[in-house]
Amino acid sequence: MTTVLESLNQALRSCLADSADVRLLGEDILDPYGGAFKVTRGLSSEFPDRVITTPVSEAGIVGVGVGMALRGLRPVVEIMFGDFVLLAADQLVNHAAKLRWMTGDEVRVPLVVRTPMGGGRGYGPTHSQSLEKHLLGAPGLRSVAATALGDAGMLLRTSVLADDDPVLFIEHKLLYGLALLPAGVGADFEVQASEDRYPVYRVRVAGAPGPSVTLASYGYPAEQARLALKALAYEHEVFAEIVVYTQLSPFDARPLRESLGQTHRLLTVEEGTRTLGWGAEVVASGLEAHGPGLRAARIASLDLPIPAARTLEAAVLPGVESIVASALALLR
Amino acid sequence: MNPCDDPLELYRRMLLIRTFEERVLESFARGLVFGTTHAAIGQEADPVGVLSCTRAGDVVVSNHRGHGHFLAYGGPVDGLAAEMMGRASGVCRGRGGSQHLHWRDFYASGILGGTIPLAVGMALAERERRTGHVVVAFLGDGTLGEGVVYESLNLSSLWKLPIVLVVENNRYAQTTPIEQHMAGSLPARFAAFGIPAIERDTTDVLEVRRLAQPLIDAARSGAGPQALILHTYRFSAHSKGDDTRDPAEVESYRRADPLPVHAARLAAPDVERVEREVQAAVDQAFRAAETAAPADPRSLTPALGSER
Repeated sequence: MTTVLESLNQALRSCLADSADVRLLGEDILDPYGGAFKVTRGLSSEFPDRVITTPVSEAGIVGVGVGMALRGLRPVVEIMFGDFVLLAADQLVNHAAKLRWMTGDEVRVPLVVRTPMGGGRGYGPTHSQSLEKHLLGAPGLRSVAATALGDAGMLLRTSVLADDDPVLFIEHKLLYGLALLPAGVGADFEVQASEDRYPVYRVRVAGAPGPSVTLASYGYPAEQARLALKALAYEHEVFAEIVVYTQLSPFDARPLRESLGQTHRLLTVEEGTRTLGWGAEVVASGLEAHGPGLRAARIASLDLPIPAARTLEAAVLPGVESIVASALALLR
Repeated sequence: MNPCDDPLELYRRMLLIRTFEERVLESFARGLVFGTTHAAIGQEADPVGVLSCTRAGDVVVSNHRGHGHFLAYGGPVDGLAAEMMGRASGVCRGRGGSQHLHWRDFYASGILGGTIPLAVGMALAERERRTGHVVVAFLGDGTLGEGVVYESLNLSSLWKLPIVLVVENNRYAQTTPIEQHMAGSLPARFAAFGIPAIERDTTDVLEVRRLAQPLIDAARSGAGPQALILHTYRFSAHSKGDDTRDPAEVESYRRADPLPVHAARLAAPDVERVEREVQAAVDQAFRAAETAAPADPRSLTPALGSER
């Protein structure tokens, strides 16, 4: 069994081993600590000259990454908590994302900024958010979200070695300890991966009949959607399909269109706040692709800061029961 | 740009910047140029003096007031004029405009201070790749109000990077005088991070050269970041017509105009010949730009190399 954390760690190791241009930068990433979430554990011991610990300077180190990328390296910058990525928003949106295009396609910025997002661990309002919605849609910036489906490490490896554009790579904290579910037909689920560089996964309960509702999701909420899929099938005899995105931005509506053509019902599942979020774009794009007759609903966090108390946090973040209930409501 | 110690060539470079920027402002007034621009008329000795000490392959990071940096670097005057006029033949195909210029190892952006960590990262990359190149980054007094500059100074010194930071203190952040936007000491900002800084009130291109050369050499030899603080003055408005300064104050700085200061050392016939040549080059660049095809909306390719 390989966890998402091990997969990401092995991917970074393979990137360092396979390309002399790769550098890792971040706060507290050196051994023996190995990073706040241990994604870089062991790497500074193996590649001491190419894993660089930094001061607490998120804007500075992302800017340094942009500069390194412009001058022939392939830097990977870790932002310890996704909440801190807003400190580097200028570097991502005004510099990394624009440089290639605004210079008339003369330069490349092969930078990866990795960061853990998400709640569920009681870290409170400034260490639990899913802030990617604020950066999605910035032209020139690709946003990729890790998943427990398929090969999370390969997504990261692709971002680092095979993508010449800047990538914001989002890792939900609750994914780290989960086992990878490989593509293919397993005991519980059938997972089908698209041929894209950043694949779209379609998940159904193994052996289930054709789906009557489409769930669109990414990251950890897709795992909650997977639990909902089983509950819908075994407790309600309702069969659904999850379309799991790994590339969030730019958004590609085509995989969704295929699924909606069968189900005509769309439920989006995300952990960002509900209003003006990822789900809103997915529903709008889904409607444009499908045409009239689409029924849709959104599951997301409440439009509130994420509280620290366990009971309050659980009430603000999306849960499996609400996914099941919303899916059933779409069918009524 | 190749290193240069020929006084007449230094004059030519300063005059090219001056003539170009005067032509830009005049073209705005005549409605030939669209958008905005920031001239550095009066500050020409800074980029010409500093960049005359650099070598091919050295990296230059500029800002919103960068035409002078670009031309002193050796950027093409015709490509710059075309960029200002939104032509397909502009150095950035009309996408960047006045504030976002790129050519060879020259980079610029209109975000104040945001360029400084980029410059530090470039210096780190040059050292990691063992190229022997130095990064020269220009910033103004106003930019010292941006917090990321201080993160960048810390990183550059911590990692002993080959970078020279050139502060052009023209005494104004847009319209706000330095007394109203900066507390404490300007050189002490560098001293706090262990970055040697040389400070001089000068518009003499030869003096700028004398100051800059040892700093660039030191940065190249591994001595870590160096700072050059040049107290200067811009005769032009911040942008096109937004000058709130007392005209008498502007006039009082004319005695330090870098062009006559340096021309006084040169033979009059040489100066006249250079003036004719520069005027012809700028005329030619603007004529070509005026008649060139506007940037075509069909050239709007996607912002990512591959959407998927």
